[in-house]
Amino acid sequence: MSVCEQCLRQSHLIAHLAPRIAGLLDRPRQRPSRLLELDEEQLIERVARGRSADVAKRFVEQFDPDEALERLVDADVSAICRHAAQFPQELHPLSDPPHVLYCTGQPERLAELLSQPAATVVGTRKPSPYGSEVARELGRGLAVAGVTVISGLALGVDALAHRGALAGKGRPVAVLACGPNVAYPTRHYKLHREVREVGVVLSELPPGCRPFRWSFPARNRIMAALGAITIVVEAADPSGSLITAVFANDMGKTVAAVPGHVTSRMAAGSNRLLREGAAVVRGTEDVLDELFGPGYGPNGPRGVDAEPGSELAPRLRAVLDAVEAGEGVGEIVARTRMTAPEVRSALGQLEAEGLIVAGGIGWYQRAASG
Amino acid sequence: MLASIATFALEGVDSREVTVEVDVRPGLPVFTVVGLPDAAVREARERVRAALLNSGFEFPLQRLTANLAPAHVRKAGPSFDLALAVALLAASRQLPPERLESCAVCGELSLGGELRPVHGAVAVAVGARAAGYRRLIVPSENAAEAALVDGIEVLGAPSLERLVDLVAGRWTPPAPAVRAQRDRSREIWPDLDEVHGQSDARRALEIAAAGGHNLLMIGPPGAGKTMLARRLPGILPPPSFEEALEITRVHSVAGISDGTLAQERPFRAPHHTISPSGLVGGGSTPRPGEITLAHRGVLFLDELAEFSRPALEALRQPLEEGVVKVTRGQRSLVFPAATMLIAACNSCPCGRPPSDCMCDGKDRMRYHRRLSGPLVDRIDLVCQLDASPQLEVARGRPESSAAVRERVLAARELQLARFAGAGIHANAEMDARLTDKHVRLPADAMRRLLSGNTNAPLSARSHDRVLRLARTIADLDGRPKVRLSDVDEALGYKLNFPLAVAA
Repeated sequence: MSVCEQCLRQSHLIAHLAPRIAGLLDRPRQRPSRLLELDEEQLIERVARGRSADVAKRFVEQFDPDEALERLVDADVSAICRHAAQFPQELHPLSDPPHVLYCTGQPERLAELLSQPAATVVGTRKPSPYGSEVARELGRGLAVAGVTVISGLALGVDALAHRGALAGKGRPVAVLACGPNVAYPTRHYKLHREVREVGVVLSELPPGCRPFRWSFPARNRIMAALGAITIVVEAADPSGSLITAVFANDMGKTVAAVPGHVTSRMAAGSNRLLREGAAVVRGTEDVLDELFGPGYGPNGPRGVDAEPGSELAPRLRAVLDAVEAGEGVGEIVARTRMTAPEVRSALGQLEAEGLIVAGGIGWYQRAASG
Repeated sequence: MLASIATFALEGVDSREVTVEVDVRPGLPVFTVVGLPDAAVREARERVRAALLNSGFEFPLQRLTANLAPAHVRKAGPSFDLALAVALLAASRQLPPERLESCAVCGELSLGGELRPVHGAVAVAVGARAAGYRRLIVPSENAAEAALVDGIEVLGAPSLERLVDLVAGRWTPPAPAVRAQRDRSREIWPDLDEVHGQSDARRALEIAAAGGHNLLMIGPPGAGKTMLARRLPGILPPPSFEEALEITRVHSVAGISDGTLAQERPFRAPHHTISPSGLVGGGSTPRPGEITLAHRGVLFLDELAEFSRPALEALRQPLEEGVVKVTRGQRSLVFPAATMLIAACNSCPCGRPPSDCMCDGKDRMRYHRRLSGPLVDRIDLVCQLDASPQLEVARGRPESSAAVRERVLAARELQLARFAGAGIHANAEMDARLTDKHVRLPADAMRRLLSGNTNAPLSARSHDRVLRLARTIADLDGRPKVRLSDVDEALGYKLNFPLAVAA
């Protein structure tokens, strides 16, 4: 464990006072950075009064670092404090870097993953089929290209980016708003385990700590700081994903967004980012261009990107275009000279080649890959 | 004096032989029925007494004991009336017992001595024949139905008095009126030439009919899903005699038979509020559910997503095996359930095409989950209905059901020849071994299936499903060999679910 007693104690004090911090914030989800910057005495003074202040002081006095370390070992969690050499350099520029970073497994793996270029992928918890497809494909494409995918293991875009990265044999990093050994939301229990197996799950809160409303924006600052680029896939306005984008922007990192439907509320936030000058991401290639320069990848120049489907027969091309335009089989039949069986045949072929995927029950949409 | 007669009690769509024994002995005048009778059977005593007296027979004022054997099986319903009365008449020598040899009876009595029809006469006749009886006496109304079964003489009697005359050889009933096979004209099913546009759904319906495949129609409310589904029976081949007998037997048990041989395949469209046991059968005395009533026909489930999850789950096993197994208490019954499933639903909760969909992601996810579990393995094809079919109206008068049926029949004939002796009728019923044997792919089609789509790799199950569908598409075209284009089209009808957002 590369952690000093002072930092360990302070991070446990934050976990101890977490419910009081939640109660103190006038606005939910307000960034509690001012609080996290404070030292122990000031923090107690700010958030606790009377009896609870005494309890907090007693907690500090009676804090047993050995016992805390033992609990870490039991939970198979490593702790790295901000004074340790392994502490990620990317977090130091924050005005309130975490006192301790708790991560699953060995700290060497975290160092290894962060030595690669890393991209943070965030977005709504309720993506459209289009957003789902893009998020998953970004995760997969980046992992295949050798970029570490960072996200928050939340429902929707976060989980899809993680799943994509796992599908691309990548080793994703998940940053949680609760203890690193807590699967939140519970539904992602399996995903949490899969990420832990090949990648790293980390948090500034000690193991076993539950999430608080303020701890989500607080973890967003860590995600923004760790990634060289922050990509927003479908975010409402306002939303937690936009907070991540603001952190990234404040730290001088690239902010990028995937264009969404202009009529969709679920994409209003990400579209606003684009309007304000965020980089446009249409796919993995665009992210790699942003990170390494046009046409370059982590290991030098990339191969020429062929336009997907450019070598298709005209009949398939026509059907692919129609699927992109959101047309149903009946509309394609009415517009082209093809019969319904011919259209189905073309759809089957396009699906087998991975150019289209299911968009709804019985409907197709353009695949983000291929 | 002792006398006995055989009758038959319904058990699901089968019947079980019950021997009714009556013993008449001097003593206090009581009438006891033993052998696990239920309340309706015990009431038979009153009906039998009144019917006998009102028919001019004598009701012996002695100690009467009736036993229903086998004694360990619970007996229910009024169908034991006639057997009790006949056994009593024989035991009191008002009827010569020797004339009842090799004869079974079944029927309900009125107080006046008339015979009332019972449910399941076909099943009774089948059971009596299997048990080796040569004659079966039933109420006149049931005679035509029971006479559908070959190999047993079915006699219809209108009343108890007539029945005694019949047994004594003093009266001969008219031969049961077996109605001639009705000319299979189309008027009872609506015609496909009234459906404009919908080319995708029409083609899918034709393939489904040709191979007996289960079909899911996707389309917004009002697009004409029900309209198309109702036209499916009209393009299916007429039931063979054996199938017709199975249909009649099921319907006669359920009490919805018209007393003649079924000429048409059933079409059942239960409402989505139906309970699981309403759908697959059940109850304390198990009755057939909708899927059994649709045996050898079509089960149409509109607004599939609105059906309760337990109801949809209950459909899985019958759709896979073609039979429903219902176990209640000590009894386990098997109902036939070889049916084609036609289901219809929206693509998402709002019903718009995905490009215009306004649904909340969570709602959509819930909707997809609801359908994906129970159905993903049971649907062979999925098709889209156009919300605005006027797009295609310009192409002239749509094809009629008769023209489509001709192609379906030709394809079915190829299948019957292929499966001669295999015990199945259609491509959809092929198991993995038969699929392997009858669907040989050319190299290019093989490559297509193996090309390995990373987005949705084919499971072994859906691989076979695609092969069976490709076989049917080739059959419709009259080709003995499956081509690449058949496989492509079959792939195009595959039911895919959108990327699950979580778990």
